[in-house]
Amino acid sequence: MTRRLSLSILALTAMTTLAGVAHATSTLDTVKQRGVLQCGVETSLPGFGIPDDKGNWTGLDVDTCRAVATAVFGDPTKVKFVPLTPKDRFTALQSGEIDMLSRDTTWTQSRQSAQGLLFTGVNYYDGQGFMVRKSLGITSALKLNGASICVQQGSTSEQNLADYFQTHHMTFKPVNFDNADAIIKAYDSGRCDALTTDASGLASERLKLGNPADHIILPEIISKEPLGPSVRKGDDQWFDIVQWSLFAMIDAEELGVTQANVDTMMKSTNPAIKRLLGVQGDYGKTMGLTNDWAYNIIKKVGNYGEVFERNVGEGSPLKLKRGLNQLWNKGGIMYAPPLD
Amino acid sequence: MRGFAAQSLLVLALGLVVASATLEAHEKMLARHMPLGFGFWHQTAGFDIEQALIPFAASSSTYGTAFLVGLLNTLLVAALGIALATILGFVIGIARLSRNFVVARLSAAYVEMFRNIPLLLQLLFWYNAILRPLPAPRQSLHLPLGAVLNNRGLMLPGPHVAPGAWPVALALVLGLVLGLGLLGAARRAKRLTGVSSGLGWWGLALAIALPTGAFMVFGPPLHFTMPQLQGFNYVHGVSLYPELIALLLGLSLYTAAFIAEIVRAGIQSVAKGQREAAAALGLSPALILRLIVVPQALRVIIPPLTNQYLNLTKNSTLAVAIGYPDLAQVFMGTVLNQTGAAVQIVFITMGVYLAISLFTALAMNLWNQRAALHER
Amino acid sequence: MNAEASSYVVRDMAPARLPPVTAFGPWRWLKQNLLQDATSITLTIGGLGFIALLVPSLWRFLVSDAVWHGGPSACASAKGACWVFIAQKLPFLTYGAYPEAQRWRVDVVVGSGFALIIWLASPRLPRRNLAAALFFVVFPVVALILLHGAPALGLETIDTSLWGGIFVTLLLGLAGIVFALPLGTALALGRRSNLPLIRLTATIFIETVRGVPFITVLFLANFMLPLFVPAAWEPDRLLRPMIGTALFGAAYMAEVVRGGLQALPRGQIEAARALGLSSWSALRRVVLPQALTIVIPGIVNSFIGLFKDTTLVSIVGIFDFLGAAEAARADPKWQGPSIATTGYVFAALFYFCCCYAMSRWSHGLERRLQHGPEA
Repeated sequence: MTRRLSLSILALTAMTTLAGVAHATSTLDTVKQRGVLQCGVETSLPGFGIPDDKGNWTGLDVDTCRAVATAVFGDPTKVKFVPLTPKDRFTALQSGEIDMLSRDTTWTQSRQSAQGLLFTGVNYYDGQGFMVRKSLGITSALKLNGASICVQQGSTSEQNLADYFQTHHMTFKPVNFDNADAIIKAYDSGRCDALTTDASGLASERLKLGNPADHIILPEIISKEPLGPSVRKGDDQWFDIVQWSLFAMIDAEELGVTQANVDTMMKSTNPAIKRLLGVQGDYGKTMGLTNDWAYNIIKKVGNYGEVFERNVGEGSPLKLKRGLNQLWNKGGIMYAPPLD
Repeated sequence: MRGFAAQSLLVLALGLVVASATLEAHEKMLARHMPLGFGFWHQTAGFDIEQALIPFAASSSTYGTAFLVGLLNTLLVAALGIALATILGFVIGIARLSRNFVVARLSAAYVEMFRNIPLLLQLLFWYNAILRPLPAPRQSLHLPLGAVLNNRGLMLPGPHVAPGAWPVALALVLGLVLGLGLLGAARRAKRLTGVSSGLGWWGLALAIALPTGAFMVFGPPLHFTMPQLQGFNYVHGVSLYPELIALLLGLSLYTAAFIAEIVRAGIQSVAKGQREAAAALGLSPALILRLIVVPQALRVIIPPLTNQYLNLTKNSTLAVAIGYPDLAQVFMGTVLNQTGAAVQIVFITMGVYLAISLFTALAMNLWNQRAALHER
Repeated sequence: MNAEASSYVVRDMAPARLPPVTAFGPWRWLKQNLLQDATSITLTIGGLGFIALLVPSLWRFLVSDAVWHGGPSACASAKGACWVFIAQKLPFLTYGAYPEAQRWRVDVVVGSGFALIIWLASPRLPRRNLAAALFFVVFPVVALILLHGAPALGLETIDTSLWGGIFVTLLLGLAGIVFALPLGTALALGRRSNLPLIRLTATIFIETVRGVPFITVLFLANFMLPLFVPAAWEPDRLLRPMIGTALFGAAYMAEVVRGGLQALPRGQIEAARALGLSSWSALRRVVLPQALTIVIPGIVNSFIGLFKDTTLVSIVGIFDFLGAAEAARADPKWQGPSIATTGYVFAALFYFCCCYAMSRWSHGLERRLQHGPEA
């Protein structure tokens, strides 16, 4: 008995020692070795990240993951979606559970400076709003003094809500849950007078209500919420890849390169398009990718405008206006540095 | 000697595993700029908690206070749940042994039903089943004594201590102390002489008369403010939120099923001969229960009962599923998310529950040593 | 009789009672079981009243007011259960997003797992050693290959993120038995070892795991594990809650097995050693077979607890049966007042049937064990 025990312990020790030898590798190598990108997404938010019964994911944030997977593998299907609640998402990213987070997460100073996250950009400019029942007869958030308000746990909404009510000398009773479905169900059942989250989230959650027309979104936007993908600190190459995958989609829209015309655009004489599509220069290689990385993204996922329309715009049940998310030269603030 | 080798190898291996995991985590935390240490404890929290037993404000309270709020909420739901589950469990456990067919069957059905369905499912069910049918605040159900029930919870009149409270409280304490003292003296006298002295009755009279007298003289020690509808919600009362009610209901109904089984087994463990012998000695049925059955049954009941209490406390972490702000929900949820100090927070949370468990286990062992049969 | 007791004892003889009234047939049963005295009669009436209140409303919700045909619109204002919803969502509730064409693989694994358990669990069937070997060694490997896929064998790889529903619940349960029992036994032996450090290690492990809430263990396993192990070592996301469940179950199992070891008379092992068996064979051939048999009811009970606890994985983002039911409930297409309750009732029925069956089986076994082994 003792001998067997000693043997097994020896084996264990050997394995541990071996483990100590293995050194930390770059995220790109880890992803390539694994053969699949692990991307943290929403659990179920129509338009941003939601699976159907067959496990097919759709959404703006989901397509951002696909863009990165395409940049790395040339294949948008090489991604594994890890659904995360807001309170679990940073732990999952920090620990290495996921390679990137693309889950309508607000870019804030403390998340970047104190929590070890790096935001690579913004894929949706948003702000926090309130939804109430029409029957309450309220038209302004300033009338919500003393109300019970449903809010998602571990989100910026939780803090903004406290700030807003404090600034306006009002009180409220928070009712918080860790997932969006529990919140919408609680609101629907009358547990709260109002529901608060990002305006896009409100539009999306409203679709889950029995009768969406019975509910209105109040005009006040109480915060700015730049939502975008993020990565862990300490791996600049990986940061570049995630950042420029999004920028390439935005630049493509600006340059008029679409999923449909990308092949003809390969013959374009416009130097900016030539650089984007890898016809000229080594822009992919400098990030450890192939030079057709952006071509693949546009061909297989689409440019930013197409992804927006398909998931949250007029072509979707959400029917959100482009608004702030229109390109900078068309009245919005969506702006990507040049691929140069 | 071989034993020595195996042991040192085991310790070495475990030490290596723990050390390499710690190093690995430390290295990664450094490389990823994750917060180290416990600096977050004194930072301002910036979020609100619906149910706080101590003053808590988003603008001024710290994460440390948020931890305390969560801990107190956990202890509150555990204490209430334990009390409810014990009462219900004893009633049902005894009812299962009833000679009445209907009562025994109903109790058996209760036990089988509640212990064979996962607690999480029961909690979700209660939460959704309680919330849905209850009316909105404006259509509240008005219960006796000024209590109000709606989908924001159960609002009770709030007690406030009146200025003349301390003489009444003093009289209450004095009455209790004197009463218990007299009762003890009466018992001793009876044990020694076998004759009832009547001192005990005097004690009881004193325990009642003193506070009543003080109440007459100084007026009521508490006054109550009635819950009132103001804007969206009721204010001025004590509110039991639906999350608390659902969690309490789920935890106590579930645990009661297990306690009922423990009580039944405990009572059944007392040999029939014991009762018969006591009856043959001429003890009345009430005395048989008090002096023969209960003390022996308790020896069997209490260890597993303590386990159930611990289970209930640990199970209260399922509060996250229905939004009750317990330690796990507040601290391992919002605080962890805002500070990013995942490792510290998860280990503190685990440590709290572990400490509760170990402390109870220690107390249990001491009790067991005292209560165990001392064979000579 | 000493003075102390004298005060408790009646001094006069009790008056003789009348002979018991004899009654026969159903009347006697009624009198003895329902109508002994005033209290009993009150309780009977109260109990029957309770049943009279409960049963009709349950019947209305589950059957007469329930929606049995139609689509989502039929449930929009249903007063009773919306069974159409369950019928429509049943494939998702059973298999999660596992591809339809490959679902036979799930059926095969779950079916063979149950067949093996029944073989193991029925004392009348022959060659149970073989069943044990198949179940604890061969089955996990085959199940893994079949479910996850092996391109070399022509089985397409199905990523675990697509696994879900009842299938994952059963899988977690099976993993619970397959790993928790052997591991728990090892821990129990460790805790009773006469080597102090091994005893200490086992004790610390058991008490720590039993002292913390399961959900904290799952959180650690599902969101933080990669922090503590090198990148190359990360187990699959579904494997982790399985390991967590198994370790958690093992600690509880260890205490049950320890009870069995303690119940075994010392003479057994002494006799075995006196016959010349090594300590290892004495353990394997004499101690464990007896100790484990004594505690089978305890093992089943702690397994029932484990099975119920698997629902907690839904909180850390695994689509087990309860997770799938919650996801199905959120479908905006199905909006009715009774959708949530229907989902819960269905899940409750499923868990109740599984757990109740196991507890009945263990009761039967307990009774047989008390009557001694069959010849």
